[in-house]
Amino acid sequence: MGSLIEVKNVSKSYWRDSFEIPVLNNISLSVAEGEFLGLMGPSGSGKTTLLNLIAGIDRPNKGSVVVGGTDITSLNESQLAKWRSNHVGFIFQFYNLIPVLTAFENVELPLLLTPLSKKERRQHVETALSVVGLADRMHHYPKQLSGGQEQRVAIARAIVTDPTILVADEPTGDLDKKSAEEILTLLERLNTEFKKTIVMVTHDPRAAEKAHLVRHLDKGELQ
Amino acid sequence: MKIPLKYILRNFWSRRLTTAITIGGIALVVFVFVAVLMLSSGIRKTLVATGSNDNIIVTRKAANGEISSIILNDTYNIILSLPQVARDATGAPLATGDVVVVINLPKIGTKGGISNVTVRGVSPPAFQLRPNVKVVEGKMFTWGSREIIVGSSIAKRFEGAQVGSTVKFGGDAWTIVGRFEAGGTGFDSEMWGDVAQLQDAFARQGAYSTVTFRMTSPDQVETVKQAFEADNRLQQFEAKTEQQFFEEMSQFMSIFIGALGVFITIFFSVGAIIGAMITMYAAVANRTVEIGTLRALGFQRRSVLAAFLTESILISLIGAAIGVFLASWLQLLTVSTLNFGSFSELEFSFALTPEIVISALLFAVLMGFTGGFLPSVRAARLNIVNALRSAS
Amino acid sequence: MRVLKLMLKNALRHKLRTMLTILGISVAVVAFSFLRTVVTAWYAGVEASSPNRLITRNAVSFIFPLPLAYRDQIARIEGVETVTFMNWFQGVYIDKNQFFPRMAVDAQTALDAYPEFLVPPDQRETFLKERNACIVGADLAQQYNFKIGDVIPIEGDIYPGKWEFVVRAIYQPRDKTVDGTQMWFHWQYLDERMRQEMPGRAGKVGWYVIRIKNPAEAGRISEQVDALFKNSRAETKTETEAAFQQGFIQGTGLIIQLLNFLSFVIIGIIMLVLGNTMIMSARERTKEYAVLKTLGFSAGHLTALIAGESLIISIIGATLGLLLSYPVVDLFSLMVPKSWFPIFYIEPETIVLGATAALVVAIAAALFPIQRALRTSIVEGLRFVG
Repeated sequence: MGSLIEVKNVSKSYWRDSFEIPVLNNISLSVAEGEFLGLMGPSGSGKTTLLNLIAGIDRPNKGSVVVGGTDITSLNESQLAKWRSNHVGFIFQFYNLIPVLTAFENVELPLLLTPLSKKERRQHVETALSVVGLADRMHHYPKQLSGGQEQRVAIARAIVTDPTILVADEPTGDLDKKSAEEILTLLERLNTEFKKTIVMVTHDPRAAEKAHLVRHLDKGELQ
Repeated sequence: MKIPLKYILRNFWSRRLTTAITIGGIALVVFVFVAVLMLSSGIRKTLVATGSNDNIIVTRKAANGEISSIILNDTYNIILSLPQVARDATGAPLATGDVVVVINLPKIGTKGGISNVTVRGVSPPAFQLRPNVKVVEGKMFTWGSREIIVGSSIAKRFEGAQVGSTVKFGGDAWTIVGRFEAGGTGFDSEMWGDVAQLQDAFARQGAYSTVTFRMTSPDQVETVKQAFEADNRLQQFEAKTEQQFFEEMSQFMSIFIGALGVFITIFFSVGAIIGAMITMYAAVANRTVEIGTLRALGFQRRSVLAAFLTESILISLIGAAIGVFLASWLQLLTVSTLNFGSFSELEFSFALTPEIVISALLFAVLMGFTGGFLPSVRAARLNIVNALRSAS
Repeated sequence: MRVLKLMLKNALRHKLRTMLTILGISVAVVAFSFLRTVVTAWYAGVEASSPNRLITRNAVSFIFPLPLAYRDQIARIEGVETVTFMNWFQGVYIDKNQFFPRMAVDAQTALDAYPEFLVPPDQRETFLKERNACIVGADLAQQYNFKIGDVIPIEGDIYPGKWEFVVRAIYQPRDKTVDGTQMWFHWQYLDERMRQEMPGRAGKVGWYVIRIKNPAEAGRISEQVDALFKNSRAETKTETEAAFQQGFIQGTGLIIQLLNFLSFVIIGIIMLVLGNTMIMSARERTKEYAVLKTLGFSAGHLTALIAGESLIISIIGATLGLLLSYPVVDLFSLMVPKSWFPIFYIEPETIVLGATAALVVAIAAALFPIQRALRTSIVEGLRFVG
């Protein structure tokens, strides 16, 4: 299989007051299609920054990020937003569900950016929710769900548009052991059964075990 | 707009106290705005309805109102001989020479406070010229006697102005023999009697305040005006349609109240706008992570901007709807004030017009837009990475 | 005192919000003082009245004249110092929108009865000597750029015809409570022309102004004057100048009510703005308040903390607003013709009222958040998420 994500010579630093804080230092990485990549490293190693660059919500100072043949570093703001809605599914540590919307409506949210009809949207949402095993909780609000359930709704939201890649930032970071286990199994299933390419940042070794490939980042460099 | 409306509406509910306070502030400002405009349009409406477009009223050019106008008998006769004056079956002109004075009467409920009441002496055709004046209680005054009839608003608001009472002025006691209604026009706030009797009582024999006549046809206005300019003897006088004349009598008050109201509401609206701004800034701050998430999911900056602006404008529109609704009840209220135009008491009601409703809504949209703009820009400009990070 | 420091720090936590709130309050306070000032301006005539002056007018209404012959009869009453009289002339200067009081007066006695009109002695002399001379207020002179020697043409309405008056004197109002927008000319000049043109209207006086020695005798003298002319063709009504002015305003009670109502509304708006801010801040700090309670802070401390923050914001806003009121009121009086509101200044009472309102509002705005903070249990508070 060819490589789906191509990160070439990427550097990234932040400015705090007048100090430049380097985060990533000339990193290159390629991820094959259908891969389940785990990115590990201590806090401040730049793993989340790398994930953000791949997901197109941040831009490198140097180098390029090519995903599915598109150089996303050359896209403008609005093209990038459009690109994300078609190609990226996000899974956050704190789920980031919209509290005023039901599980169904949260999952439906990214579909509002597509030309799908209302009926088609309903079908997609129901499919995604049944994949994560929450078809019966469709009309619950986030605060009526447990942490593990919230994260599963978030995963349903991430896969509902059938994106090219799934990015997950510490998806089990805020969960108890049992829920974490369930989420990881779900991610694994998405990878094997639905052939989703997944990039996951974690510092939990058990989570990393589920990944096919684990890369370590330290002080802005890939080990 | 891509971000669904229910997202906005449910956020209102989740922060209902703050939203309600903000809506309350806007409703208050809109209420004031609408009430003042209703007051100003109420005065206008009453006075516009007072005059007819079929009638011409003649006053002295320099006069500020009916009471300071004087037309002497020879002029009166010249006016009546104009060919544009309509005549009845017997050939008599359909015209009235009025004497208009103001007298003081004690106002009910003001503990001896007095106010000015217009007394109008009329000639018999007056009732044909102003058909909306109808005696509804008691009887019509007898021509040639010291009897008067009183408008309903005056009977309601002044002491000793009811049917059967006597009013002292001009060295005589005048008996109120009837009460008339004039369809909510300015005449409702007057007392009427025989012009000859009033001229006699006030030693004004041979002098009228104004002359009003029916035109042979309503399109004669320009011809009448030309006739007045052409005739040397009439150059000191001015002919207008009765409607225009009374509308001008409302001008000072309606402009004064309107201007005062607009000036004040602009001030007030600054308060409401700031309230909306505070609420919206807080909404943005509280939902930073949500905004970051929406943007990460692929929603554009402009969608975020539109969502927050809509939220703010919606708050204002709800406030405006409440304000207009509350103000619309004022229509049931009749109030009275001294009208500077006629220098006497005028009763009228608050009048809500479609124009007022539209301007209130536009005003609200403007407040919502102004208050919501900067916070919405802030929301749209949030950096995704920082917004997401503010979760922990 | 440690709480005070926390209060200040809390107020500064959301700098933008606090600034907006302060701005909102100050704008509202400016609007409040402005409204009160308009109300006082409305009553200015009453305020400026002299207790030493009585006004006698026709009992039927102000528009009917009185015979000149009444003057001597009034003057003979015990306790009367001087009697003067005037007629409302009105007329049109330039156009009907140029409004200022234009009156025909008995010049010598009128200037004696109105000592608050300060006239330079030389100007007074020339004014008194010249038949068609007039005297104008300094504010009026400024508005229309009148100078000594200028001719003011007026088209008469109550007294028809063309009239011309020569400015011979300009009076200074003694203080800011005195109307500086009047124009006076000789009653004798008016009467002469009436005698020729409308003899029926000669020898008629609009109203008498009676200067009395002792204000305490106002009631007795008024009754005596009215009794003199009882059952004549022109009965009189005599009252103090203040009551007379009050009568003028009476009819416009509606506008006063409107303005009073509006000044309450503006206080309501201040309350909403400040209340909103306090509720929001307290809500965000639910967790902190729970922590403070855990640390042993009492209900009193929390109350002081929230009320104190509300007071700090409100006091700053009100002070700013009251300071800004002066330039705003000045600006307004520059923008509208002086004769609309001849007397327009902020009374000390307005400032006191404004400051009191701001304090009351500050306490009221803090009530709800205080109640909420005290009611929330520690456990609930610690669990609270925005």
